[in-house]
Amino acid sequence: MTQFNEMYLGQGQSQSVRSPYARLQDWVAAMPQELRSLKQAEAEALFRRIGITFAVYGEGGDPDRLIPFDMFPRVFAAAEWAKLEKGIKQRARALNAFLVDVYGRGEIIRAGRIPARLVYQNEAYEKAVAGFVPPKGVYSHIVGVDIVRTGPDEFFVLEDNCRTPSGVSYMLESREIMMRMFPDLFRNNRIEPVDGYSEKLRRTLASVAPKKCKGEPTVVILTPGHFNSAYYEHSLLADLMGVELVEGQDLFVDGEYCWMRTTEGPRRVDVIYRRIDDAYLDPLCFRPDSMLGIPGLMDVYRSGGVSICSAPGAGVADDKAVYTYVPEMVRFYLGEEPILKNVPTWQCGKSDDLKYVLDQLPELVVKEVHGSGGYGMLVGPKCSREEVERFRAKIVENPGNYIAQPTLALSSVPTFVEEGVAPRHVDLRPYCLVGERIELVPGGLTRVALKEGSLVVNSSQGGGVKDTWVLAE
Amino acid sequence: MRLTVDHVTRYVYDRPVRSLVQSHRLQPSVFAGQKVVDWSVTVSGGQKGAAHKDGAGDLVQGWTVAGPVSEIVVAVRGTVETVDLTGVLRGFKEIVAPDCYLRGTTPTRADANLAALAATADGATPLDLAHSLSAVVADAITYKPGVTHAHTTAAEALALGVGVCQDHAHAMIAVARVRGIAGRYVSGYLFSDSDGQAHEAAHAWAELHLPGLGWVGFDPANRTCPDDRYIRLGSGFDAQDAAPIRGIARGGGKEEMDVTVAILQAAQ
Repeated sequence: MTQFNEMYLGQGQSQSVRSPYARLQDWVAAMPQELRSLKQAEAEALFRRIGITFAVYGEGGDPDRLIPFDMFPRVFAAAEWAKLEKGIKQRARALNAFLVDVYGRGEIIRAGRIPARLVYQNEAYEKAVAGFVPPKGVYSHIVGVDIVRTGPDEFFVLEDNCRTPSGVSYMLESREIMMRMFPDLFRNNRIEPVDGYSEKLRRTLASVAPKKCKGEPTVVILTPGHFNSAYYEHSLLADLMGVELVEGQDLFVDGEYCWMRTTEGPRRVDVIYRRIDDAYLDPLCFRPDSMLGIPGLMDVYRSGGVSICSAPGAGVADDKAVYTYVPEMVRFYLGEEPILKNVPTWQCGKSDDLKYVLDQLPELVVKEVHGSGGYGMLVGPKCSREEVERFRAKIVENPGNYIAQPTLALSSVPTFVEEGVAPRHVDLRPYCLVGERIELVPGGLTRVALKEGSLVVNSSQGGGVKDTWVLAE
Repeated sequence: MRLTVDHVTRYVYDRPVRSLVQSHRLQPSVFAGQKVVDWSVTVSGGQKGAAHKDGAGDLVQGWTVAGPVSEIVVAVRGTVETVDLTGVLRGFKEIVAPDCYLRGTTPTRADANLAALAATADGATPLDLAHSLSAVVADAITYKPGVTHAHTTAAEALALGVGVCQDHAHAMIAVARVRGIAGRYVSGYLFSDSDGQAHEAAHAWAELHLPGLGWVGFDPANRTCPDDRYIRLGSGFDAQDAAPIRGIARGGGKEEMDVTVAILQAAQ
């Protein structure tokens, strides 16, 4: 399997550096080993001082472990990014159109383009919001689209994250640290800034305030609390946006609105950017034992007294089985051809697909439908025969719980390792903002598999992060 | 039939509560089988909150009470004109897809015994099958109050062989799903015309979604389909999801709840 190294074109003697990376080659060549070690230690100290140690959403692992930061940037040319941006925005529009539809008349199901069972019997489908159209028709306000690359022009979407994708603080802090450590790099390269993200996020959230809200909307971030692994990110975003960071107990429902306790008395809240799951939002609607949420919030939400971002129920669009149908959503709702491709996916719940998967198992990647964080998955080519056979038994026992994909030859980017610089596999999570407008900051979270040959970039499985550059025209 | 409802729920706390929030499904459903003549819901010391019609067609009303209070009274009073539609929920507006209810919840999940019970029912048409399912549930779970409790599952009630209307409704939903029929939990009131049969004034039953008919009510507890003695309030996946009153008190001590329900036939 040939692997695309994003820094180079061609192989061996005819190898040349791709233009976006041209200046970086000089930078690396000019950096002596001692300086590199020094800088690496400095970067780690900075990360630790900031306190950014959490695991990316749902990945578990030790919440206080520092995620390795690699100083070698990942670079996109302006033209490459322009295509990605179009594709991501298209996908975000289609996913939101799907959500409004399946909580409304369900036209895509009536048209036979997606099976009813996948949607209506999905655990993430919230009956409680059926018939409700949130302000501006947006359910998912921050769409994290996980993308992998296999060639100069080959990009695939691995999964969509429509609920509350995390990791954006890594995008912001990686840049901050790189700029502090290597100011020259930023003088010599024309790199698009990412620090506009927080203002764009604030504008996006304010743009979906309920109709009942007159004047400047009050936006808050709702966190489960400081014990949550992404608490750092919640507080960073609140700081950058200049909004309050609250827990459930700081909010309450009175009459037709939701209020925040402040030292100057109650203040009405118009938009809640929640970083807690649907199930914990309101014990009167969802889990009655939840202590994290706000009793009565859903009644206020449904009657248009407050906006919740992402909207309860948004998760039905990012299920791994529903993922297969996203290209269909693009065609159905937008009448366009998808710009970004899906990874071909076999659903083990279908008998033809299951037969193929079991036949080809050593060549495939198999994932749990509701799994995340790189746990409970099989990377066929990287596993022993025993491991493959053990996994085979699990699939046979509950086929509907698994999907399979070909093992992609993920692109790699030069990465600092013990011996110097070596290629390591990467993926990309950009954060698309959807409100009155659809916006995408030029950049994202690049995760890198630090183990040689590893295709699993999850931080719980030894992954790290890189600064992601988009070059200006 | 013209029915009057007098439904009072009294919450008493041994220490005053700081605040209380409730979500009510206490408005009679709007469909061809019933028409509200007059209806009022009051909460002592309460402020009416947001109201909306949810996707399943229920009218949901929020309430908040600012403390400190030691006692809260929720009073439902009204008169409803009912018509016997033999269980069919005709003229009801809702948007939730029936397939939604094919998803099991803890109290309505079928275990092997419920699956076996479901297999004993039969019928040439889905409607016949539904009647048969209602009959096998009624035979398997004898009406007897005081044995099961609010969190008893359908599987547990079947194992005990006894239960109340809530258990019958949960079991009905479970066996229907085994046979591929969507079922849901309905809460409401039942007028008892002192015919000596077992039933409860604050009542619950199940609705099954049948081709050509839509949602049809079945009351295994009383071996019948809802008629003009029934008043429908709201529906859900199970008893908790369809509860007429859901509430949470902040602060305060132990709660004691006392419910009285009187359903009478009004003079024409």
